[in-house]
Amino acid sequence: MPETVLADTPASTAAEPRGRQITLLGGRIPLARLRELALIPAIVVIAIVGRIVSPVFLQTDNLINVLQTMSEIALLVLAQTMVLIVRKMDLSLESTMGLAPGVAAWLVGPTGAGHGLGLLPGAWAIPLTLAVGTLIGVVNALLIIRFGLSGFIVTLGMLIVLRGVLTGISGGQTFFQLPQSMLYPGTAEWFGIPASIWICLVLFTVAIVVLGWTGFGRSLYAIGGNVDAAKAAGIRTDRVLWIVIVSGSMLAALAGLLLSGRLASVASAQGNGYIFTVFAAAVIGGISLSGGKGTMFGAFCGILLLFMIQNVLTLAGVPAQWTGALNGLIILVALTISRVTGGKVQE
Amino acid sequence: MSDGERAVNLPPASADDGPGLTDPPVVEATGIVKRFGPTVALRGARITIQPGETHALVGRNGAGKSTLVSVLTGLQTPDQGTVAFGGDPAPRPSDRDAWRRHVACVYQKSTIIPTLTVAENLFLNRHSHGRTGLIRWPTMRRRAQDLLSAWSVDVDPQTPAGDLSVEQRQFVEIARALSFGARFIILDEPTAQLDAAAINRLFDRIRDLQRQGVTFLFISHHLQEIYEICDIVTVYRDAQHILTAPVAELPRAELVAAMTGEAAADRREERMSTVDDSTTAALSVRDLSGAGYGEVTLRVGAGEIVGLAGAAGSGRTEVAETVVGLRTPDTGTVEIAGHPHRPGSVPAALAAGAGFVPRDRHHQGYVPDMSIADNATLSVPRKLGRNGYLSHGRRDRLAERLIENLAIKTPGSDLPVSALSGGNQQKVVMARALADDPRLLVLINPTAGVDVRSKEFLLGKVAETAETGTGVLIASDELDDLRMCDRVLVMFQGRVTSEITRGWHDHDLVAAMEGVDRNA
Repeated sequence: MPETVLADTPASTAAEPRGRQITLLGGRIPLARLRELALIPAIVVIAIVGRIVSPVFLQTDNLINVLQTMSEIALLVLAQTMVLIVRKMDLSLESTMGLAPGVAAWLVGPTGAGHGLGLLPGAWAIPLTLAVGTLIGVVNALLIIRFGLSGFIVTLGMLIVLRGVLTGISGGQTFFQLPQSMLYPGTAEWFGIPASIWICLVLFTVAIVVLGWTGFGRSLYAIGGNVDAAKAAGIRTDRVLWIVIVSGSMLAALAGLLLSGRLASVASAQGNGYIFTVFAAAVIGGISLSGGKGTMFGAFCGILLLFMIQNVLTLAGVPAQWTGALNGLIILVALTISRVTGGKVQE
Repeated sequence: MSDGERAVNLPPASADDGPGLTDPPVVEATGIVKRFGPTVALRGARITIQPGETHALVGRNGAGKSTLVSVLTGLQTPDQGTVAFGGDPAPRPSDRDAWRRHVACVYQKSTIIPTLTVAENLFLNRHSHGRTGLIRWPTMRRRAQDLLSAWSVDVDPQTPAGDLSVEQRQFVEIARALSFGARFIILDEPTAQLDAAAINRLFDRIRDLQRQGVTFLFISHHLQEIYEICDIVTVYRDAQHILTAPVAELPRAELVAAMTGEAAADRREERMSTVDDSTTAALSVRDLSGAGYGEVTLRVGAGEIVGLAGAAGSGRTEVAETVVGLRTPDTGTVEIAGHPHRPGSVPAALAAGAGFVPRDRHHQGYVPDMSIADNATLSVPRKLGRNGYLSHGRRDRLAERLIENLAIKTPGSDLPVSALSGGNQQKVVMARALADDPRLLVLINPTAGVDVRSKEFLLGKVAETAETGTGVLIASDELDDLRMCDRVLVMFQGRVTSEITRGWHDHDLVAAMEGVDRNA
């Protein structure tokens, strides 16, 4: 074999004897794919349990309801998954989700009962929301990448600051009387299904394709797996990190927009405490906190599973006071199961 | 700087063959100066490597080898001096692709991304794209398979890279380097983590590739390997070029002298046996069986040095780790200095009087960012104070004593261990093993990745420790480590197959480790 391969291009004669083996390998289902689909059986089991608990569970209205209530937080999961894959963390997503639409409502909303300033016309609300999200992302990225601060501490600080700013501008109250443009994404229906579900599904599809089938997406995994090796391979790691952190914040702003639209208000506590569910969903979905591992599809299954279980509990008549405790318990059980089935120690 | 210089005009061997004269050198670096703050890492250093040769670069830790590698691979720009590839000036520092077409380095530290598949590692950042602009995974897997089989690397491109053995990883990295078009490859201590059989396979591969026109720069602490595989050797010392000569014309003693700057004793004098049979054995192991080994019975007398030899996977490391409690055996007993201790418990083994130098100092040996003082005294908090409080004064005094005792080169005991060179790091690990005046010293690969001088020093320290009545168990496949042993037990496929007393010949031991019966 060696004498055929002096040239740059691998000689075809050398590869031929292994030709059959290649198709065999190509036809084999890679182990990684199985891990990614590991939550599907769990989702099916919950669906069956749900059907037994209450016939309402599998009705279209109920399923749409589940998807709609999870769509906003699912966008946070999407954002956090990207950030986790590059081995960073963004805790401030939950505050961004409240502050971004909060600032828009503050500047656009009418004075008086709505606590707004009425400075700008209603059409500005959506661009404003996204701009605030982008700005937060830029500040995070600047501190983490440019100045090399710890991502965990920076975003923890931002989480507190941003929450405080929202409480400050709203005076601890809730913004009402949002402009029509802000209500639209959270309330409109496209082809009989709420727009927020469409947005959520489309964005996840795009993310699955980008992470699985583009050079940019793969560079996220490379950076999370071994940043020095990624640099050595010619990946502009800092630029990729910037894009990931800023687009993560923009997604959080969009999630806030959907939630505000659906509730027709921005509470000063909007998004408060969501980050724990987001992390739990990502880890249950197979995303490694030490970076470089996991898929967007897995993360989606993770958040879907959590919301389905909550819905089943509600239908089963579990008192609302107990849902908090049960949510925590579900997360622990789910993690234990994925440790047992996945076999690897979670970091 | 020109002391001891010779054979500057290379290559002497191929000068009459024609190609040697007409082909420009693959790489030529001249007058390289590189400073890091006050430290001068390279002082007018140079190297010339001709096409097709395998060139060794040797020097003690800190001689400037790593800096030269960074300069040759374009990761660092020299303050002065030039680098040329095939007669053309080196590419701009930012043009990584151009550098990669000229040169590649397989580092000790992996540049493989463990979470991705082999195929993706090979084509990272240059995936196969379809017309839609999306990655075409089947095409990429096929290209990876083609590349691997073209260079006869027997690895499934679909395996996660994290599952590869060190040996396979190196082959994959070499194949990746070749796929960029580079025909000059730097191997930075490639044999450090390999066992004898894997080293032979690596050398076969190097010879194969050499025949196909690949040029190697080979960096190693093992002089034996240099004589085995290299044509030309360049010696660096104290950031300077010392000499370049054909390997065949340079006797071993002269090479060591060039590296250390002093004439080295040709052979370590025969160590007197210090076995003391009158007291309790330092270690007594009976019928030990567990994962990877079985029915191991051995005894280490007080003051005795016993070698536990064997290839990788022979179970020698597992037995040694079981003795110190890192692993739990299925059956059998371990007695340290007469105290039977609970198997599978490190604290119990330490309390019974064991000191331990683990297999891989980077993983189990030290905490890189903690100071030398903290690392060296990590296992003896009892000695540092009462009731769980640590006295910093007492710690520093103990550490100073250990630093002096082991001749660790450091400005002070408060320096983090990560700032030390490999040889000195290993000394810190050894210091900790000795901190509690152990009755039994267990060493696994004690001189891996350590330069010649530190190695002699460490082994000398072991002999000294044995004189005080401590029993020593050395699990290693390094002949130099085993030479000082009173007895060597050879393991093969999990069983102790033979016992060789002092005075063996290298080939006898190697044959036993490879499971070859020389009497058959």
